[in-house]
Amino acid sequence: MNHVAYIAVMAGVTYLIRVIPFAFFRRKIRSKFLRSFLYYIPYAVLSAMTIPAIFYSTGSVLTAAAGTAAALCLAFFGLPLIAVALAASLAAFLTGLLL
Amino acid sequence: MTETKPHFFRRGLLHGLPIGLGYLSVSFGFGIMAVRAGMSVLEATLISLLNLTSAGQAAGVNVIAAGGSLAEMALVQLTINIRYALMALSLSQKCSKRFRTPQRMLGAYGITDEIFGVCAAQPGALEPPYLYGMTLIAAAGWVLGTFLGAFAGALLPARVTAALGILLYGMFLAIIVPPAKKDKAILCAVLAAAGLSVLCRYLIPALSEGFAVILCAVTAAAAAAILFPRPDEPDGEEGGTA
Repeated sequence: MNHVAYIAVMAGVTYLIRVIPFAFFRRKIRSKFLRSFLYYIPYAVLSAMTIPAIFYSTGSVLTAAAGTAAALCLAFFGLPLIAVALAASLAAFLTGLLL
Repeated sequence: MTETKPHFFRRGLLHGLPIGLGYLSVSFGFGIMAVRAGMSVLEATLISLLNLTSAGQAAGVNVIAAGGSLAEMALVQLTINIRYALMALSLSQKCSKRFRTPQRMLGAYGITDEIFGVCAAQPGALEPPYLYGMTLIAAAGWVLGTFLGAFAGALLPARVTAALGILLYGMFLAIIVPPAKKDKAILCAVLAAAGLSVLCRYLIPALSEGFAVILCAVTAAAAAAILFPRPDEPDGEEGGTA
């Protein structure tokens, strides 16, 4: 199957994008702007990925909102990642049962 | 020194567990989609094992189904996944001295939005076994979920699959809320990125999700870097939020 060629190109490009900056760029970045930018980027990425997508993640805005509220509360009090994630899922599931 | 290795590996596995569980549910959907687009179960599973990325794989399967060229495939992957280069660069700054070229070549495989997010938010330098542990459990969930989805589409009750959809996002909130609570600058970056993301979603719906995330995150982080530049940190203990 020539699907194999597609899959190879796909995997090759994706790996190169990851490995080139990670393996071959090791100098400490001196620019204050760039260092600050790289410090903020993970939080900005996660935030942009989460909002508003989280509200469409369960197929019902209502159950998703319940899950989001549960996650925000537990995260605010600094509970472990797995606890917050499972609580969000559980809250969405339970709300779904009530609907 | 070596006795701390299992500790880092185990911690990586543990921190990777919600990622693996989240991936399991997300990739279940990818498996179903890939088979519908004409992939075999083996091909779908192989794609997940080799790529370990959601948006890029979904777009890639569309290119295959539409009979696009290999050049188009390469360009689509480059566009959607270029954010990993940014993340790899950021993570590269946080690596401990144990990361030599082989460790970096191996570890690069695991740079996904979620793994990057968790690793970058950890206080202290990044150790190879931590990244390996996290990657192992995340990739296991991703590949297994794809296989299950491709092999047995509607295996789980719909209510369970639906509720699992929020798992990953719940974890993202768990990562960003505590530092945002402590640091006003992070809070601003987070709120700006979220606000921009909402604007993109409703005002420019034609913009693909991958592009929208890059645009919003880069804008928010650049603004935060200008408004709240970070003080220089001594080498070897940067990136920490504690």
